[in-house]
Amino acid sequence: MSTAEAPAEAVPDRGVPAVQLTGITKRFPGVVANSDVNLTVAAGEVHAICGENGAGKSTLMKILYGMQPPDEGTIAINGEEVKLRNPQDAIRAGIGMVHQHFMLADNLTVGENVFLGAEGLHGIGRAARARLAELAERTGLHAKPETLLEELGVADRQRVEIVKVLYRGAKIIILDEPTAVLVPQEVDALFATVREMKAGGYTFLFISHKLDEVRAIADTVTVIRRGTTVGTADPKTITSRQLAEMMVGSELPSPETRESTVTDRDVLRLSGLTLGAEGSDRNALDDVTFTVRAGEVLGIAGVEGNGQTELVETIMGMRKPSGGTIELVDAEGKARDLTKAGTLARREAGIGYIAEDRTRHSLLLTQPLWVNRILGYQTREPVSKGQLLDIAGARADTERIVRDYDVRTPGIDVPAAALSGGNQQKLIVGRELSGNPVLLVASHPTRGVDVGAQALIWEQIRQARAAGLAVLLISADLDELIGLSDTIRVMLRGRLVSEADPATVTPQELGSAMTGAGEGDEE
Amino acid sequence: MSTDVALESAPATPVRRRRGRIPGWLRGVIWAVIAIAVISTASYSTGVAALTSSNTASTALRLALPILLCALGGLWAERAGVVNIGLEGMMILGTWGAAWGSYYGGVWSGLLAALLFGALGGLLHAVATVTFNVNHIVSGVAINLLGLGVTKYLANLIFAPISGNPRQSPPVPKFDTYSATFLSDWLGDLEKQQRVGISDVAGILRGLVTEVAPLTMIAIILVPVSFWVLWKTRFGLRLRSCGENPVAAESLGVNVYLHKYVAVIISGAFAGMGGASLVLLRGGADYLENQTNGRGYIGLAAMIFGNWRPGGLLGGAALFGYADGLQLAGGGEAVLALLYGAVILVAVIVIVQLFRRQWIAAGLGVVGAGILYAIYWANDTLPSDLIPYTAHFVTLIVLAVASQRLRPPKADGQPYRRGED
Amino acid sequence: MTSWRTKLLPPLLAIVFAVLLSAIALIISGADPLQAYGTMIGQMFKGSTAVDTVNLATVYYLSGLAVAIGFQMNLFNIGVEGQYRFAAVVAAIAGGAMKLPPVIHVIAILVVAVVAGMAYAAVPAILKVTRGVSEVISTIMLNAIVAGIIAFLINADQFGVQRGNNIGTRVIEPSGRIPGIPLGSGTLFGFVVIAALIGGAYWFMLNRTRFGFELKASGESTTAAAAGGVSAKKMTLIAMLLSGGVAGLVAMPELLGRDYSYGITATQMYGFTGIAVALLGRNHPGGIALGALLWAFLDTSAVSLEQINVSKEIATIMQGIIVLSVVVAYEVVRRADLAAEQRRVGRALAGGKGSSVAEGGAV
Repeated sequence: MSTAEAPAEAVPDRGVPAVQLTGITKRFPGVVANSDVNLTVAAGEVHAICGENGAGKSTLMKILYGMQPPDEGTIAINGEEVKLRNPQDAIRAGIGMVHQHFMLADNLTVGENVFLGAEGLHGIGRAARARLAELAERTGLHAKPETLLEELGVADRQRVEIVKVLYRGAKIIILDEPTAVLVPQEVDALFATVREMKAGGYTFLFISHKLDEVRAIADTVTVIRRGTTVGTADPKTITSRQLAEMMVGSELPSPETRESTVTDRDVLRLSGLTLGAEGSDRNALDDVTFTVRAGEVLGIAGVEGNGQTELVETIMGMRKPSGGTIELVDAEGKARDLTKAGTLARREAGIGYIAEDRTRHSLLLTQPLWVNRILGYQTREPVSKGQLLDIAGARADTERIVRDYDVRTPGIDVPAAALSGGNQQKLIVGRELSGNPVLLVASHPTRGVDVGAQALIWEQIRQARAAGLAVLLISADLDELIGLSDTIRVMLRGRLVSEADPATVTPQELGSAMTGAGEGDEE
Repeated sequence: MSTDVALESAPATPVRRRRGRIPGWLRGVIWAVIAIAVISTASYSTGVAALTSSNTASTALRLALPILLCALGGLWAERAGVVNIGLEGMMILGTWGAAWGSYYGGVWSGLLAALLFGALGGLLHAVATVTFNVNHIVSGVAINLLGLGVTKYLANLIFAPISGNPRQSPPVPKFDTYSATFLSDWLGDLEKQQRVGISDVAGILRGLVTEVAPLTMIAIILVPVSFWVLWKTRFGLRLRSCGENPVAAESLGVNVYLHKYVAVIISGAFAGMGGASLVLLRGGADYLENQTNGRGYIGLAAMIFGNWRPGGLLGGAALFGYADGLQLAGGGEAVLALLYGAVILVAVIVIVQLFRRQWIAAGLGVVGAGILYAIYWANDTLPSDLIPYTAHFVTLIVLAVASQRLRPPKADGQPYRRGED
Repeated sequence: MTSWRTKLLPPLLAIVFAVLLSAIALIISGADPLQAYGTMIGQMFKGSTAVDTVNLATVYYLSGLAVAIGFQMNLFNIGVEGQYRFAAVVAAIAGGAMKLPPVIHVIAILVVAVVAGMAYAAVPAILKVTRGVSEVISTIMLNAIVAGIIAFLINADQFGVQRGNNIGTRVIEPSGRIPGIPLGSGTLFGFVVIAALIGGAYWFMLNRTRFGFELKASGESTTAAAAGGVSAKKMTLIAMLLSGGVAGLVAMPELLGRDYSYGITATQMYGFTGIAVALLGRNHPGGIALGALLWAFLDTSAVSLEQINVSKEIATIMQGIIVLSVVVAYEVVRRADLAAEQRRVGRALAGGKGSSVAEGGAV
């Protein structure tokens, strides 16, 4: 497609742009996060910034919000060039940011969260509360100012964030992946608020990688890839496929038709798996039943927060199910009930595990790579012998992983924290595929990694699958799911609601199944 | 479709509104009434008048002060997110400062010097924990070591030539005391009448209004003042936000480092004042090596007991002070009588739990009450060597029972560096 | 990857800083710092000071190891103080009551000490694992309570024996004593050998065994360890008990090598010194040994300052400054090192590759 590389036609002139970024470059030790970014946002529009995970959207927004200074380039707000040294400068310039991970304090009240830092405007007394009530009305926030924040649900927390921004008089509002945590109805409510406010003269920067949402709300969309802006387009006319290709370059992985390696030998059998949720009557997992066979990749699709994390952690033995069974069948066909087994026993039985948050769940950041090789394998060859560690074995095997999985590192003695995300993940994949696993549980295996690492990780999973590995794949990246899976199951509110054939399904169809749009009876 | 989908990043807990929340001050009053009722009943049933004598109450007040002040110090630091286990060291610095200032310039100079010395300790803690991100407990332990060393050194240098003893200061001026004479006499009459309930309340109140030093009054007033500053002012809001979510606070223009510094310095000053309350009150010693005897730690425990709230820590300090004062004024017999009071208290709790249909909690309560009663029944007095540690045992039990309901500031003890999230 | 620079520079800087700061304090108080330091160093070669230093360092070393085991699991065992004192009094009572053949008697006493230390550490461990009580607060309470327990147990009504003004446990028979090694004008504790063995065992456990790996992993990241099959609760419990067990031995060199009876006036604070020594030695058995020697040197040689009319508390001040500045120095160096490492990795990868952006991912 030609639109992929060619910068699309310039935005029609609509007066002085609200935000103009010119030649923004930001380097971090060893990496360039943004290089020569140019962005023009007209006043009174919703301008979407699209890009893959790791494309540099967040860094760019942190620069615009004064949280990080750019190394090069200029920022102009309403036509005036400004220097944003800290968030206060940005606030003064009329910029507000609704962070993806809310910047709220659970133990403070709604009012305190809003007034904090802006006490100079109306104090923290009656005048402030009056102003808060007014803004709460506009954004649909119904909580009382003296309610503790922790008592609010996610959508209300987001409203508090928006109120906070408005309270400071921002006219240019950055929404950083605001829909990631919301369910569809809440997304609709948010979009209604955004439209209303746009009519009231506010300008929005809407960060997202969800194409359908961008098309639903944005007036203009700018795509960022590998740290730089690759083009601007009108979301009303561009197709999702064109937009997607701009985001990933020409390397959009098409669901390739390949030989099925699925066998009829069951490896993982889940039946009626149920997990209660703390403080809620509804289960986090509700009667989940499925089977993964040798040579099969079973993909689980779903909007984040619908029980995927709980499913993985229950399979790995980090959460105790309230009902149901988990069975693993080894290569000889002997079934073993793992429902009561601990995490280590499950790993020893042949489950490899790529966790969704690698820095929290897969790595010891300050330890050298070869020590990280031992984690999860401390009872097995080649890294341990009985109760003793086999350090020479661990080092040799780490060298092998570094070689075979192309982990870019000066050596195996550097701490894991020093590697980039992609290289950390390659190390983890190498480790988890090395114990001759019969099952690999892969949770977002390529989240936040560079394209090179992504391709390598996919290839490794395909090879292992061809060799008879069963894979349970959880991903928010629909292309990844469609490209890798042999079967796709959709998860919604803790239950498996539908099944799709990756050979025929489109991301759009999958997306509507994930949001429950197909289930009229659910209303 | 229902909208309350369990979201991963949000607590799965649905909106849980507490029904008819009782205002804090009322809860405090209710607790005070329950406590006095229990003690009065125990005093009446066991015939141990020391439980509610004015002597016990005034001793308890004097002993509660250093704990209260340290707990307040802990509150300020921890609300700003800095764990201050160095209170003990800062308090030791305060005792020396108080004796030195008072000896050379009178009691008020002594108080000022104690505040300054404590604040210096706080400053050191702030430099280590805020600027250099040292583990808060490590820094606190080091400050306790340093506080002890510095005061010993200074005492040797300054006091030894005067008092002839490097471990002790010469006698120093003490605060005058004031009594609400009329009230005190009337309460004294009531106390002597030995009427159930009324005499007990009168005894306790008389102890609290007789021979009170200005330092005592200041310390008690600091509780509502701390509440007001921390919860009702812009500065307090900013300070607390540093202890809850410093990243968010910084993004909203709060100077987190500055607020933490101020909080920890104030914390140290309060601990120093706690030291002064050991030296400058009548009935207490002059500067004496090791006189703090772990009270800084107990203050921290009182603050935790009080759930990081001013009213709660007042209750915690009162409890420790009372347990301490009782064993001083009444001995093992009185502590045993207190045990009887504990049985009554547990029984009340059991009834409440039964009412709430919390069967397991009620069952555990019955077992606990049974054990306590057995100890009470089987002994005439408790071993005198263990009695001074009543407060410590109480702390352990309270922590074991209630620690899951406590709510420390979210970012308490966490390292924070500007620009890193 | 830590170079010798990372390991040795911070403590050296801390010592220099402490010496300078103390010198200022000395000058202010009218003493000559050079003379004071000279006297302290000179004292090392007088009488039995050197041997005394090593003997005291042995005690500190054990205490430091006990604390370090907790640190490995991210546990703050401030309770070493209470654990060692509890173990000492229990072991002294048991040892005084036992009649056993020589070697077996000693072993029996040591076993009792270890078990008693573990038992006293079990309280905070269980409270933490089952009730979520912070070990810092619970061990502080137990440290205070132990004084009451000792007073109670040593009381003449229970197990105590009055000897002149002092009251203590019954004296342990010669069969239960560990012979010393005569050296110069002093006698080196035979326990030095045992302490060194324990240090070696600690190193081996930590670096060569599966258990040590699990302990360190759990201490660094409970979540990553849990995903790797290590239960944080189990590790907390074991680490606390092990720490308490080693703490149980802290008083043994003196009890079995010099005092033979635990008295009401026995020295306190070894547990807190252990925290300082463990911090100084970065939890490394060799480092802890050096830290313990330094600490013991400051303690034993400070006495000589009295001869030149300088308060010996200057040594305590130096110790406090050393701890505080060494942790600051370690922290500063650690940060600098990580940044340098990241730059190094970045440089190594940037070489010959054009699209460094693609390597980086989100920041």
